[in-house]
Amino acid sequence: MDSRNLKSGKSKELVSKLLEGDRLAAARLISIIEDDSVESSDIVREIFPHTGRAYRIGVTGPPGVGKSTLVDRLTVTLRGEGVTVGIIAVDPTSPFSGGALLGDRVRMTDIGMDDGVFIRSMATRGNLGGLAKTTSDVADVFDAFGKDVILFETVGVGQSELDIVEAADTTVVVLVPESGDSVQAMKAGLMEIADIFVVNKADREGADNAVREIEVILDMTSDQEGWTVPVLKTVAHEGDGVDALRRIIDQHYRYLASKEKLAEKRRKRVRAATVGIVQEKLHSRVWNDPRIEEFLKKRVDEITTGNGTPHSAAEEILHMVGFYNHSECMKGEQ
Amino acid sequence: MAQKIRVLVAKPGLDGHDRGAKVIAAALRDAGMEVIYTGLHQTPEMVVEAALQEDVDVIGLSILSGAHMTVFPRVMSLLNEKGLDNVLLTGGGIIPQKDMDALERMGVGKLFGPGTPTTEIIEYIRSSVAH
Repeated sequence: MDSRNLKSGKSKELVSKLLEGDRLAAARLISIIEDDSVESSDIVREIFPHTGRAYRIGVTGPPGVGKSTLVDRLTVTLRGEGVTVGIIAVDPTSPFSGGALLGDRVRMTDIGMDDGVFIRSMATRGNLGGLAKTTSDVADVFDAFGKDVILFETVGVGQSELDIVEAADTTVVVLVPESGDSVQAMKAGLMEIADIFVVNKADREGADNAVREIEVILDMTSDQEGWTVPVLKTVAHEGDGVDALRRIIDQHYRYLASKEKLAEKRRKRVRAATVGIVQEKLHSRVWNDPRIEEFLKKRVDEITTGNGTPHSAAEEILHMVGFYNHSECMKGEQ
Repeated sequence: MAQKIRVLVAKPGLDGHDRGAKVIAAALRDAGMEVIYTGLHQTPEMVVEAALQEDVDVIGLSILSGAHMTVFPRVMSLLNEKGLDNVLLTGGGIIPQKDMDALERMGVGKLFGPGTPTTEIIEYIRSSVAH
């Protein structure tokens, strides 16, 4: 079937092709989900029963630490074991132009032609948590497609990339020797989200120091029962330490499985997805209403010349979209 | 959310001059497109496989090595083979007019020579994808 037909094809048809292993269908479905089209929720409904098999690994950390190269080498190791891999590499969307430069494939040329690997670059499209809003849904497509492992590579701003904790079963935080000094000053959040730490580019000076500094901080902050967060050294572009990382990820998987924590992760993921959809619908109900934009413009002018406050304007907007009517209805029902 | 134009920018062949490709990639990003940049030394097979996985609307190849009469037709036939025949294949480099014409007859899109304003390329992509 040519891709023009695929583009107009029904989502159900695409999903059955996906389940048969059609790569073109997988690529199309991901785009439909990314574009948040009307068919998007139908697709998720169709594929959801076929998900839950893939193991999901997040790779996060500041820019330039070698996340893409590590993902590439980890994939090579996994492929050596016959494990199939879906990669989702996320880069930021410019808030000014809405465009994005997605360059992670440059470091993944080794695996680009492997039939057992599917790489998809995603732009954040305005989301701030290190992934795109639809990244977990895209991972579900890979899961239903039959990929054994899904690797997420986050944007890499090094802070508040908390989405990954919900999206992934195991989160790997990557640093470099030079990160050592700044570890102490590191924003709260990055230390706590790691299941595994990697000091990459460990052939550089200061790697052992960096490992010790991270271990000291972990002693103070780590509170995962029964799991001591390991700190590994790698030189990803040489492949050094990547097999060890693979083994540690496996240990973490077995730890999660033995403590029923995998099921807990999945519950949290489903919860986060549900909350996200509700927030999105509420958001678009308000801001897709053209009256609101017009009203807001008027009020902003009034407020800046001394009339009213942002709070009073917000209350008026909530009245306009019927927020209070609904809560009163609900009270009445109780 | 509105659909984004997705463009694959690749540099096939052996020469290492990717400045032009990077300038174009940045210009398309600044025009609001999502640009997948795959870097140097891409074979036609790699280009088409990446285009498939990334579900792009457009492929832009930068070819300065003189290999345009082999690379473009090869990419074209692989696209057809894989069912990606609605992807616009365009590009630029040092390409004589008669070769541009010949490639266009094979179904390759417009090709741009050195010094083309990026606005012209952006306009071409926008109007072709909308069509």
